[in-house]
Amino acid sequence: MLGFLQRPVVVTADINLNVVALTAVGLLSRLWQLAYPRAVVFDEVYYGQYVSFYMKRIFFLDGSGPPFGHMLLALGGYLGGFDGNFLWNRIGAEYSTNVPVWSLRLLPALAGALSVPMAYQIVWELGFSHCAAVGAALLILIENALITQSRLMLLESALIFFNLLAVLSYLKFSNSQKHGPFSPSWWFWLILTGVACSCAVGVKYMGVFTYLLVLGVAAVHAWHLIGDQTLSNVRVLCHLLARAVALLVIPVLVYLLFFYVHLLLLCRSGPHDQIMSSAFQASLEGGLARITQGQPLEVAYGSQVTLKNVFGQPVPCWLHSHQSTYPVIYENGRGSSHQQQVTCYPFKDVNNWWIVKDPGRHQLVVNNPPRPVRHGDIVQLVHGMTTRLLNTHDVAAPLSPHSQEVSCYIDYNVSMPAQNLWRLDIVNRESDTDVWKTILSEVRFVHVNTSAILKLSGAPLPDWGFRQLEVVGEQLSRGYHGSAVWSVEEHRYGRSQEQKERELELHSPTQTDVSRNLSFMARFSELQWRMLTVRSDDSEHKYSSTPLDWVTLDTNIAYWLHPRTSAQIHLLGNIVIWASASLATLVYALLFTWYLFRRQRRACDLPEDCWPRWVLAGALCAGGWAVNYVPFFMMEKTLFLYHYLPALTFQILLLPVVLEHVSDHLCRSQLQRSLFGALVVAWFASACHVSNTLRPLTYGDRSLSPSELKALRWKDSWDILIRK
Amino acid sequence: MLCATSRLLAARAATALPFHPRVRGRELHFPGPRCRGRELHFPGYPETPLGDLLAGRLARPSVLAGRRAILRRGRMPPAVGGGLAGSELRPRRGRCGSQAARAVGPAVATEATARSPKRPAPSSRRFEAPGRWALLALVTLMSFATRFHRLDQPPHICWDETHFGKMGSYYINRTFFFDVHPPLGKMLIGLAGYLSGYDGTFLFQKPGDKYEHHSYLGMRGFCAFLGALLIPFAYLTVLELSQSLPAALLTAALLTFDTGCLTLSQYILLDPILMFFIMAAMLSMVKYNSCANRPFSAPWWLWLSLTGVNLAGALGVKFVGLFIILQVGWNTLSDLWHLFGDLSLSMVTVGKHLAARVLCLIVLPLALYTATYAVHFMVLNKSGPGDGFFSSAFQARLSGNNLHNASIPEHLAYGSVITVKSARMAVGYLHSHGHLYPEGIGARQQQVTTYLHKDYNNLWIIKKHNTNSDPLDPSLPVEFVRHGDVIRLEHKETSRNLHSHYHEAPLTRKHYQVTGYGINGTGDSNDFWRIEVVNRKFGNRIKVLRSRIRLIHLVTGCVLGSSGKVLPKWGWEQLEVTCTPYLKETLNSIWNVEDHINPKLPNISLDVLQPSFPEIMLEAHMVMIRGNNGLKPKDNEFTSKPWHWPINYQGLRFSGINDTDFRVYLLGNPVVWWLNLLSIALYLLSGSIFAVAVQRGACLPAEVEGLSQVLLQGGGQLLLGWMVHYFPFFLMGRILYFHHYFPAVLFSSMLTGLLWDTLLRLCAWSLASFPLAGHVHTLGILSLLLGIAYSFYLFHPLAYGMVGPLAQDPRSPMAGLRWLESWDF
Repeated sequence: MLGFLQRPVVVTADINLNVVALTAVGLLSRLWQLAYPRAVVFDEVYYGQYVSFYMKRIFFLDGSGPPFGHMLLALGGYLGGFDGNFLWNRIGAEYSTNVPVWSLRLLPALAGALSVPMAYQIVWELGFSHCAAVGAALLILIENALITQSRLMLLESALIFFNLLAVLSYLKFSNSQKHGPFSPSWWFWLILTGVACSCAVGVKYMGVFTYLLVLGVAAVHAWHLIGDQTLSNVRVLCHLLARAVALLVIPVLVYLLFFYVHLLLLCRSGPHDQIMSSAFQASLEGGLARITQGQPLEVAYGSQVTLKNVFGQPVPCWLHSHQSTYPVIYENGRGSSHQQQVTCYPFKDVNNWWIVKDPGRHQLVVNNPPRPVRHGDIVQLVHGMTTRLLNTHDVAAPLSPHSQEVSCYIDYNVSMPAQNLWRLDIVNRESDTDVWKTILSEVRFVHVNTSAILKLSGAPLPDWGFRQLEVVGEQLSRGYHGSAVWSVEEHRYGRSQEQKERELELHSPTQTDVSRNLSFMARFSELQWRMLTVRSDDSEHKYSSTPLDWVTLDTNIAYWLHPRTSAQIHLLGNIVIWASASLATLVYALLFTWYLFRRQRRACDLPEDCWPRWVLAGALCAGGWAVNYVPFFMMEKTLFLYHYLPALTFQILLLPVVLEHVSDHLCRSQLQRSLFGALVVAWFASACHVSNTLRPLTYGDRSLSPSELKALRWKDSWDILIRK
Repeated sequence: MLCATSRLLAARAATALPFHPRVRGRELHFPGPRCRGRELHFPGYPETPLGDLLAGRLARPSVLAGRRAILRRGRMPPAVGGGLAGSELRPRRGRCGSQAARAVGPAVATEATARSPKRPAPSSRRFEAPGRWALLALVTLMSFATRFHRLDQPPHICWDETHFGKMGSYYINRTFFFDVHPPLGKMLIGLAGYLSGYDGTFLFQKPGDKYEHHSYLGMRGFCAFLGALLIPFAYLTVLELSQSLPAALLTAALLTFDTGCLTLSQYILLDPILMFFIMAAMLSMVKYNSCANRPFSAPWWLWLSLTGVNLAGALGVKFVGLFIILQVGWNTLSDLWHLFGDLSLSMVTVGKHLAARVLCLIVLPLALYTATYAVHFMVLNKSGPGDGFFSSAFQARLSGNNLHNASIPEHLAYGSVITVKSARMAVGYLHSHGHLYPEGIGARQQQVTTYLHKDYNNLWIIKKHNTNSDPLDPSLPVEFVRHGDVIRLEHKETSRNLHSHYHEAPLTRKHYQVTGYGINGTGDSNDFWRIEVVNRKFGNRIKVLRSRIRLIHLVTGCVLGSSGKVLPKWGWEQLEVTCTPYLKETLNSIWNVEDHINPKLPNISLDVLQPSFPEIMLEAHMVMIRGNNGLKPKDNEFTSKPWHWPINYQGLRFSGINDTDFRVYLLGNPVVWWLNLLSIALYLLSGSIFAVAVQRGACLPAEVEGLSQVLLQGGGQLLLGWMVHYFPFFLMGRILYFHHYFPAVLFSSMLTGLLWDTLLRLCAWSLASFPLAGHVHTLGILSLLLGIAYSFYLFHPLAYGMVGPLAQDPRSPMAGLRWLESWDF
């Protein structure tokens, strides 16, 4: 019981000085003069605005990645006491004194620094020698592009860190599988794998590639486990369950957690509100919530409403009408009904108000008690300011001649009877008797006579329609599409009998009170969906490149130029390392194919214990390179050199592995081995030399003369800035 | 051996009922357990009556099952499909029986011999082979009957017939056109029309147009014929994979009674042709796999080369034919891999195998594919609606085009009057006209655009940048324009120079505006452009049509390009021209000179400029690929999503909308499709159970073992087929339609047939101790067949056409059948 009294308390520390030393130099290389330059460098201008939003707790939407990466950067700002007051508008702008540059850049730099000892650990855990492991770490250490990228407020180094962490912890886990399954360290590494994977995905969607790779390797290992007949069925089941929980369930939960924190932090409305649904906007402080707060929930006959299109493409807009009529004859010679225009208008306006009317009654006020409108009810929509009824008929719409024109009915032409009955179809109803609710209900209006559906076609009308968006009645009701679905955003019960009073009422802001909140899952799914579908205008960029340029380092990115001198920072790799890493991948692929073919003919060149190690190293390192690189060929977005860095990291890990393999298995005599060793040393020295030569462009700390800069332009395609 | 023969017996029991009353009688006398015993008996008796009865082809699988058992225990688990072929190349038949017995386990083997039953009546075997043929004939007959029934209805254009019928007419009229699909399918349609007496005069303007006196049945009949052949092909494929008649029969029924396949086969479309080639390739691949124990024999060569031919056909109809190539490629690779791992084969033999496959599956299809293009270009030699999509050099081939047989000077010289065409498709010629950019949009100078049609405003004069002397003055020597020269382009009609400056372009804000500037050719230094030829050395002359040139603005360093965006009304909806500061080489900024007038130079015939056949091929492919990528869905449009398809979420309207119209609606038979969907889930479940059991080293009884092999290998091939024909669509950016799913339906229906047969057999086996258990299988298959046939009876109006009220109306024939709200018939 009191065992600790009987035995001395002994702490045995097992410190690998290699790791300590590598960590130290890693920190030194990444943290040295971190706050320099005190100016906005390249994409800091992009991430910085989100950090500011976090500091001010204003909601934003960024389609480029999940929130965890942004939150990490914001954490740096929070620790440094940043108040968010900086205008991120221009690369090269000087930071004002309230911006804690050092702490903003600290977390990415730490992530970059820790990648160095992790590279060591990974190669060691793969079963290769300390020498190879140190080699891998040193290569990561001196790789200029990785240094540049991790010293700035950017996300790639965090992504690389979590990628490596996932691989490392999976390796630790699978190595402890042999001697101590279900031990605490086994659990620790297993769960850490899952967490690291979801962190990687949380930083950038790209992380999903590494996650899939780890899952794949885990699946193959699990399959071998199933085939292991020394284990009982129950035990196999336990193994599988543990893996499923740690590698599938936990990552999902952690990913959700990111969004939970994200939404918890960003509680105020901001500039990106408009993209979200009304219900989402109402859940934020300020903005729409201020308007909708206290609106009646259930839409009743006599309600005054504004109707927002759910799809919101090309811009969010509200159903609108105004005094002007459709031109009698369009420019292309077709005729119109010459009735009052109905459009979709992207701004709040008094002409966006509509009154829900019971076709059987004449009043436009709400009864007491209010009579709610339900799914399937027939309604008329009265335009508030002009008291005309929403109408559609068999006349071709102005810009979409295959659809019907939608108008507010005027009886100019007796041959054209009013067709203004609409059946309410609540799309997201739970039962067929659901009541039409403000903000929450998504409804379609089905025209009773023609079964056309009220739809936003998205085409901007010409000048006669004031460039507002066209609204049509679409005959073909092909399933659900957001452009035919509307939701009530502003709502109040109409009280005034007279048109004059009503106009006054429409002009006055809404009031009363109820508050409604969306569940977290609803908010999460909406936000995630919008993030994935938000369209970034794929603009050209001076420094964009194609995946083919990356392998050969045919491109660079100028990150920053000193306002006066010619000191500059470039994202530019160590070309010796890039070339030899690609070469190593090629050599690995060739050797692997060769061995595979030989083994298929039952000729085993490698010792039996060496082969699985060789395969696993290839699967993780060459595989990691491939999964992080090849998908870019299929992407249509603007690509930059830094997208290659995660792939490059894996490729660098493979380099010492291949070198050691060549030395151990392909050099037949001691002499060859020594010669090879000498070559490797010479090669490494040249890599160090190149790294040192490019150092001024990596740190940007030294102003170079034009001739020096010209001398650094080793490839014609490199864009090094020379002041004239 | 065990499973195969057992299955054959059961198969006869289940399917041969109408033909062999005697067999049926015998079968009825066997109670369940005895049946099983009898079936298990066969390994001991290699030359059973059944063995020689089903001579050759059917004797083989009996070897197979035993062999599969060996393989599974071997170090190398057989890959799907490939294992089947690879294993059979070592016909050590002697060991087979004993090994099979060992695999089954001694206990079962002794039990089997102990329960040795009496032999089947010898009289039954006489009917076996004819019975199988009769069944095949029946299946074929059914399929032809359903496909050709009411083929002439409706007598108007349905859906995409308007395209493909029109393209058939183009072949008959020999006018050049452009389509995003390769030419084979449309050529075949054209051929069918030609042979059936269609004269190519019908306009095929829009869906709903009446054919009237034009003969369209030949083209529809051709498509229906190919569509009808799908069913016997599927039948044979499943039969080959499972060696089970009920499975094959079930597959045939699923496809025959699927309203979707039926509808799609009845019109002038590419899909029946495409599916025909896909199924034919699959069938010949399976057949050739089963010939694998007789490599280099005549049937082996036949099926191998047929596979190649059909692959070429599939790819020649639509690019999605690539998917079946993937499947065949995967099968071939794993096959070769196992051959390579077979130490009993010398490297020379392996090399021969490799060479045979390269020859038949790569060289032959490529040759055929190229040949279709050769025919295509040979047939279409008249100018037509597709000209504008192709480069100037290409157009020179077409008679009737103004470039055909034209003779113009070959090299560009100062003073030449030229038109400049963008290398990007459907952008057109550099154009200017006497209208200014409106107020507020850059400088108020003359507009420069690109324009697709040929007119005088496309003409430009090349001048030297520094002199204004008229280069056409006969006293001056001819001076050629060379790569790297600085030039001025003067618009011939308005005498303004092509000009650019630091104002943002009207639509692409990051680019600079391009205008026409100056009076009578006198402008400023912003009118100077350096002309460069892509991939050429300094000082080279510039060839008309062939040289790809870039115009670089001297002052700002930007490149003349077309953004492809349509200008608003003020720009007459022509396309925007900008000067882009991004110097990347994209097609937007590459131009070529098309027309060229220079009286001082000798005209030469353009024939020397004709591109070679490989260049034409390459260009045709580039244009097709770009055309395909250009088919992007627009915002605010309902589009079909791949996840809609397997659940039969939404159909396609082929013809008619209103209740008075003759309406045809492409929609899968929901019973069939949902059964398919369920089957895929069931397959994944049962397949993984078996796979895990095998991996855990569980000892399966021989019968189950055999069935699990059929499930994992035969079913695996089919599942792979379904996957490669379905999942790639999720990655495609182009606009997708419901009918893209139909090749995948073929595979999933085959999988369904195979799966249910196997599962019912397993059921029957596990219930063997109960009386009448033998009938579980028979009854199951029969009820499935009847259910499918009944659902077809319900839904057949979808395919054969409905007239009268819509489905909401209780008087409609489809009343009550609108099971999903998204179906609009």
